[in-house]
Amino acid sequence: MSSTDIAINKTDMHHDHEEHDHHHDQNFFEKYIFSQDHKVIAKQFLFMGIIWAFIGGFLSVLFRLQLGWPEATFTFLEPILGGWVTNGKLDPEFYLAMVTMHGTIMVFFVLTAGLSGTFSNFLIPLQVGARDMASGFMNMLSFWIFFLASIIMFWSLFLENGPAGGGWTIYPPLSALPQAIKGSGTGMTMWLIAMALFIVSQLLGGVNYIATVINLRTKGMSMTKLPLTIWAFTLTAVLGLLSFPVLFSAALLLIFDRSFGTSFYLSDIYIAGEALSNTGGSAILFQHLFWFLGHPEVYIVILPAFGIVSEVIATNSRKPIFGYRAMIGSLLGISVLSFVVWAHHMFVTGMNPFLGSVFMFLTLIIAVPSAVKVFNWLATLWRGNIRFTAAMMFAIGFVSLFISGGLTGIILGNSALDIQLHDTYFVVAHFHLVMGAAAFFGMFCGVYHWFPKMFGRMMDEKLGYVHFWLTFIAVYLVFMPMHYVGIAGFPRRYYNWTGFEAFNMFTDLNTFISIAAIFGFTAQFIFLFNFIYSIFKGRRATQNPWHSNTLEWTTPVNPGHGNWPGEIPAVYRWPYDYSKPGAEQDFIPQTVPFSETQSSNLPQERVLE
Amino acid sequence: MVTDIHKDYKGGVHPLQFTLWLIIISILMMFGAFTSAYIVRREEGNWLEFDLPTSFILSTVLIVLSSVTMQLAYNAAKKDNLTMVKLMVAATMVLGTAFLFAQVEAWGDLVKNNVYFGGVDSNPAGSFLYVLTGVHGFHLITGLLFLLMVLIASLQYRVHSKNILRIQLCNTYWHFLGGLWLYLYFFLQVNH
Repeated sequence: MSSTDIAINKTDMHHDHEEHDHHHDQNFFEKYIFSQDHKVIAKQFLFMGIIWAFIGGFLSVLFRLQLGWPEATFTFLEPILGGWVTNGKLDPEFYLAMVTMHGTIMVFFVLTAGLSGTFSNFLIPLQVGARDMASGFMNMLSFWIFFLASIIMFWSLFLENGPAGGGWTIYPPLSALPQAIKGSGTGMTMWLIAMALFIVSQLLGGVNYIATVINLRTKGMSMTKLPLTIWAFTLTAVLGLLSFPVLFSAALLLIFDRSFGTSFYLSDIYIAGEALSNTGGSAILFQHLFWFLGHPEVYIVILPAFGIVSEVIATNSRKPIFGYRAMIGSLLGISVLSFVVWAHHMFVTGMNPFLGSVFMFLTLIIAVPSAVKVFNWLATLWRGNIRFTAAMMFAIGFVSLFISGGLTGIILGNSALDIQLHDTYFVVAHFHLVMGAAAFFGMFCGVYHWFPKMFGRMMDEKLGYVHFWLTFIAVYLVFMPMHYVGIAGFPRRYYNWTGFEAFNMFTDLNTFISIAAIFGFTAQFIFLFNFIYSIFKGRRATQNPWHSNTLEWTTPVNPGHGNWPGEIPAVYRWPYDYSKPGAEQDFIPQTVPFSETQSSNLPQERVLE
Repeated sequence: MVTDIHKDYKGGVHPLQFTLWLIIISILMMFGAFTSAYIVRREEGNWLEFDLPTSFILSTVLIVLSSVTMQLAYNAAKKDNLTMVKLMVAATMVLGTAFLFAQVEAWGDLVKNNVYFGGVDSNPAGSFLYVLTGVHGFHLITGLLFLLMVLIASLQYRVHSKNILRIQLCNTYWHFLGGLWLYLYFFLQVNH
């Protein structure tokens, strides 16, 4: 194969002659390691995401052991955890650190970088008809900065004093004072460095995604002919672009408070028998800045899943997506609303009740676009020729989880109810269903669906079904009981609750949840096996195995750098012409002009023939 | 096979120019966070009031001048006036560096007036001022590096009307940095 050389524009600008000079074959490093090919970068993000997901899941199993069997001794953990287990008892501060790292890893490293990083990178150029991202170099940089952030975060797990332990929301003053807990020491410093790098990585990726969608669409690809995946990825990137810099600002001020003696968040603190000199800071200020990112962040996690699920449900129902424009409208609505609801995380910080009512009102409005999406998915499934592929199972599972988790969001959005439910397992159950498990299902859905395009081979469907059912059942077994204990006021983040009479009656339920969690975690190894095995030994894929309409299936089975060997195909129609009456097949790819489909054209399409 | 990713792209804004605007938006969000935090924090009281350093006037003049020279360099590049390009890019770099020195001078003035970044005697009012100027200064250093790239390219005769993108991006970024400082200066004058 001849070498593929991607260079920045030559036709209208004529700069960078030097970049046109290397026509040699790419060596191993250029092709697989420091690649600027969006498909390779997407796979790098996917692999990293999977590794992080197993680490994050393993941490959750560890702390579920503690919660499920609070009286037991875990001497068998000593070989793994060393000094963190003394006489078979988990160190309480290490418990806090595990909870913190589980949250950080899952939210940022798996469901932000692993999900957006994989699918935005992989699908945006392929589905809009571009050779690569607007800037391949920045895209590569995005992954490697993420990799560096990953190394620092991973390293912090092995510090003697443990990783960050102040919760994934790292509220000061706890996180700002190294003398407060072990988890606010070096671990927190490394957390902040890793997250700062992570933000830079996400911004580099995000500007690329947006610029590619806006500037590099192929001929005929108008914004209303884009697959919903692309709409979702673009808006995700916009949310990231607007919210991550704010987290960066918040983290920077926290770094100054921790290491340079400023008092942005600290005021009048008396700790370990010593009064601190800091005056004039405001801890609530941090919460405002943090949740201005933090709330859009949950949509950064879930929007890509929305897009992937919309695409997979339409393809496998063999029906056009119901309400294409309503789907775009609801994505836009959710994106806008996501920036004006952050204070619903702060109802109990003593905010003005009137302000609380405003944020409650805005929060509850989100139910409208969310419901539009759910009804559109259900209407797309309605009377479709449903093909239950593994990806489709996960897509339907996603809708189920999103409904179950979304309904409790309406309850939690009420500022009065939040007084009872704040920081209980009810909240844990809510967000794990609606953004944790649901986003994971979106990710699995995408992996099963686009695996043939990524690796040129198919994943095993039967193992996929087993993986789906075990995961689906485990998710509900874990999180349904949590609602129940949460309503009873059971607080989250507690190492030990056996000392509280009110919560002792939930011992059996907690054991049950822990068993279900271990069961669900174990089921993921089926996926891991299927994934790795199929990369090497899977059935070879055909060019368009799902009979899908979108552009990525017009590329060769294993597309090279540049995606299409010849001209980039032009686009003539929207991506959802499935089961069109009068058509020869039950799908008409976007590249087929109306002049070739006269038998199926609608009256208004005749003029386009 | 040589594939040119932007070959199929016709007219309108160049993707990299668009990318730069997006980067500018993200930087703006960062300063938006700082300045709104500043306002929120100031409303809560216990806020040290002090005079802004007089060096800020000098630095403001310097950065406005550097924007002018930057624009002259860009215009010269469009007209293939290569000597002028080199001269004006170099002038912009000098003015930009002088701006940084003026900012450091301003920090010196602040310390003389007992306004500290951190420590026992610090107040968020002063700390915010250091953060705003410091983070802006950091971005200005990245602008200077960009200018250096353009200067090297122009010395190799690679900046002219048919190869305008690099200096065009630099021009946009530099004007943004100048505008950002004017906003910050105005903001500090008003909220003081």
